[in-house]
Amino acid sequence: MKSSRAAWWFLAPLLCLVAVFAIYPLVRMLVLSFTTQNLETQFAPVFAGAANYQRAWHDSHFWETVLRTLVFTVTAVGLELLLGLAAALALHHSFVGRGLARTAALVPWVLPSSALALGWIWIFNDQFGVLNDLLQRGGLLSSPVAWLGHPGSAFAAVILADVWKTTPFLTLLLLAGLQTIPTELYAASALDGASRWQQFRHITLPLLRPVIFVAVLFRTLQSFGIFDLVYVMTGGGPGGATETVALYTYRNFMRYLDFGYGAALLVISSGILALLTAALWLLVGRGRSLS
Amino acid sequence: MKRLPIRLVSVLLLTGFLAWCLAPLWWQFVTSLKSDAEITTVPPTYWPHRLTTDHYAALFERRPFGRYLWNSFFISTGATLLCLAVATPAAYSLARLRPKGGRAVAALLIAVSLFPAITFFFPLYEMVRFLGLANHPISLIVPYATFNLPLAVLFLVAFFRTIPPAIEEAGLMDGLGRLGILTRLILPLSAPGLATTAILVFIASWNEFLLALTFLPRDEARTVTVAIASLSGGSIYELPWGQIGAAILLSAAPLLVLVAFFQRRIVAGLTQSATTG
Repeated sequence: MKSSRAAWWFLAPLLCLVAVFAIYPLVRMLVLSFTTQNLETQFAPVFAGAANYQRAWHDSHFWETVLRTLVFTVTAVGLELLLGLAAALALHHSFVGRGLARTAALVPWVLPSSALALGWIWIFNDQFGVLNDLLQRGGLLSSPVAWLGHPGSAFAAVILADVWKTTPFLTLLLLAGLQTIPTELYAASALDGASRWQQFRHITLPLLRPVIFVAVLFRTLQSFGIFDLVYVMTGGGPGGATETVALYTYRNFMRYLDFGYGAALLVISSGILALLTAALWLLVGRGRSLS
Repeated sequence: MKRLPIRLVSVLLLTGFLAWCLAPLWWQFVTSLKSDAEITTVPPTYWPHRLTTDHYAALFERRPFGRYLWNSFFISTGATLLCLAVATPAAYSLARLRPKGGRAVAALLIAVSLFPAITFFFPLYEMVRFLGLANHPISLIVPYATFNLPLAVLFLVAFFRTIPPAIEEAGLMDGLGRLGILTRLILPLSAPGLATTAILVFIASWNEFLLALTFLPRDEARTVTVAIASLSGGSIYELPWGQIGAAILLSAAPLLVLVAFFQRRIVAGLTQSATTG
């Protein structure tokens, strides 16, 4: 009895902080989404029922950003997983400089995204950029390209920047996962005449699935909410070609000062995130609890 | 004889991996050491003809870059200390005192950590405005500490479980209360776990962008991640690339030092949640 009371005293500061600075904001967003609070109402909250949601439903610009963010997320996380898995398998079997590889892998992960975004602008620069120079030297490009000046290439550039930053992180997670697989399994299956591919398909992949699920879930949520990299690298441009949900929502709050509508967009995005989580759960994570 | 090619292949793989990880930052480093004239030569030079530290000096002489670094350091340190102070007793409670409903608390923490920062920023901004705390470091310290609680608590719970319970039983015998056991017996044994948590929280706080962008409108109050994004020259067509390169290096420097010294800890901290869970 006494011990249980102590237990809750120890949890009290945590619960206070979480309640005030995490739970309250979530509730506040939900409430705000049912009001109109903008320039027209002189920032006084006016109950609006589902008007914000109806407006969002017909806001084709919003749904374009949702679709774009989904394409971004699927492409970026897919590439990261493929590259990360390949790198992890390669590094797992190599004994040279694993510590060095681990330190290097932390460099992209640790860099501030906003700083990194500026770095990429410079690398992708049309006149003086190093990427154009390298591609021209390699004979892959005949004249310089303004990578961030065209919708398609700007979108690809943002994906590349994101893949660069997060692949090493995924590599580290998968490498740690690989190290938990007992080597006897491979030895035994080799005796049974299993090929390298069969071993990968029937031992490595199934045993790695829990790690892949956590990594992909974490990356999907992060990627769908991406803000800083895009905000600094392209500002959503050119012509809105790289505008993500978070950027559009931020604009509704801080530029259009349309708080009720911004809140509704956030609630809808959270719903989409919940659907994504459920989809991932069904695809990869079945049979495993989150904690 | 067969080992040689395998060795060669793994060296090549490693080199490729290192190049992928380091090249973009390396290019900023090279740029930051070039003169303005050399930065705008076509084709670009891959190592400066003449090394210069002018861009680094300019950041401190012509801009309050030292101030930005200090702001980031102060806010990140404050957030780290607050986060640890709150997470440590909570994690101890969940790991050892196991109150009824403890699992619900852990589930709540995980649920909260799934939302991106943009979900929280506006209500927090309202609070900051209401309390008149815009531009004040506390407006970021408290939210950063809160956002990092899930990671800190879950990591520390796992760490506390590795400490033998016999130590606490001895403490109870000696008449120490739960608080005494935590501060006198558990904490001294937990230095490694606390250090790992502190490093991860510090890095996350240093790198946060969205709240820092919104809550600190005044230039001298800015953190380095936001200040760097607003570096500009006379017009958008003449961005000071040398200074930007130098600023990128400097904004990353404290974190690179942490990575260099605590590589093992950081990797262990990052991978633990995904592999043991």
